[in-house]
Amino acid sequence: MPGTYIPSDYLPVLITFLLAAAIGMGALVVGILLRPRRPYAQKLTPYESGNPPVGEPRYRFSVKFYIVAMLFVVFDVEAVFLYPWAVAYDKLGIFGFVEMMLFIFILLIGYVYVWKKGAFEWE
Amino acid sequence: MPEWLWIFIKVFIVVNVLMLHVAYVVYFERKVIGHMQARLGPMRVGWHGLLQPIADGIKLFFKEDIIPSNADKPIFYIAPIIGLLAAIGSLAVIPMWEGFSIADINIGILYILALSSVGSYSVILAGWASNSKYSFLGGLRSSAQVISYEIAMGLSLVGVMMMAGSANLSDIVRAQSEQWFLLPQIVAFFVFLMAALAETNRAPFDLPEAETELVAGYATEYSGIRFGLFFMAEYAGMFVMSALAVICFLGGWSGPDFWIFARVPGIVWFLLKVYAFIFFYFWVRATLPRYRYDQLMGLGWKLFIPLALANIIFTGLIKLL
Repeated sequence: MPGTYIPSDYLPVLITFLLAAAIGMGALVVGILLRPRRPYAQKLTPYESGNPPVGEPRYRFSVKFYIVAMLFVVFDVEAVFLYPWAVAYDKLGIFGFVEMMLFIFILLIGYVYVWKKGAFEWE
Repeated sequence: MPEWLWIFIKVFIVVNVLMLHVAYVVYFERKVIGHMQARLGPMRVGWHGLLQPIADGIKLFFKEDIIPSNADKPIFYIAPIIGLLAAIGSLAVIPMWEGFSIADINIGILYILALSSVGSYSVILAGWASNSKYSFLGGLRSSAQVISYEIAMGLSLVGVMMMAGSANLSDIVRAQSEQWFLLPQIVAFFVFLMAALAETNRAPFDLPEAETELVAGYATEYSGIRFGLFFMAEYAGMFVMSALAVICFLGGWSGPDFWIFARVPGIVWFLLKVYAFIFFYFWVRATLPRYRYDQLMGLGWKLFIPLALANIIFTGLIKLL
């Protein structure tokens, strides 16, 4: 019956996640019980090689990081398109190959464009 | 007894045994690096320092937990847990011998790649929440590096999936019973090797925690057992990447089937190969100097992605002919 699918294959995955969370939380709780706690103002300042911190730590950073993030979305979606194609490759035959070559070719045009625009340079 | 309880017992045993392995990977690293530098490595705690990882773990529990005054507390607390979740969670699909893995799901490769992306959240959140310049820069660098090499790694595994016709890790190992994918997919193996080093932030791509410029990167403000969780996550991630390499290229649990070797159980071959791969990680770390950041990004985008794409096209052609 549609709509009642229970992904039972993933029950062990869920249990693994719960166990991992329990290991993490458990380690922190045991830590709370065992460790000393003597904070004072100087100890709690962010580390800056022994000097008092200067300025705001979350300052404006290079736009390059945003470009990398955008390129990642484009190329990673492409990689995800390749996965089902790769798994079914034997069944698709020559048709699947030609179709995917077209797809990769279109993507390569964008890749060359991005390269020529200098998005991969970190100067 | 209900089914989920059996699964829980199985998961509990497997995860704990693997975490013990992870703890001893740290010891293995210190010994290997030590001997490569004509030192002995840890020697004091136990015979040849064998109890060193346990002593280190106990020490971390007793260390004071310092949280910087302006830190974003909830995010600061949750970041190491996310990292640990991603690293241990990916252990769930690793097949260790014929017919054994915690969860035998049909999209194993996709699952591991997805979780390794989740792992980069812990790094960038830790860097953001610490309210420290070093942490912030380390977190930024790490996320940019991980997502760049994620593409190369994903593309390099497409060739393996084409050869095996499946994304299930057990099926991929079974498809290699005739021949390992190492030789037919040698280019993909090379790309995967480099991407695995970059994904786990290991030398020579360990820029997010380059100690000479960023102190400890995103982990600078973490202390005590919170730092320990990051450390565990990093080494568990290394174990997963090595296991993935062994499964996809080196035949997983299969070993030579002649003479006495045919009697050796698959788990022994599997662990031997995984440890050989982990040894390679340490070897590289002891040998190569660190890359510069612009070189690192250039290498990922300009060399590895085209190489991986060319490998896909080439594999497709070979399979057609």
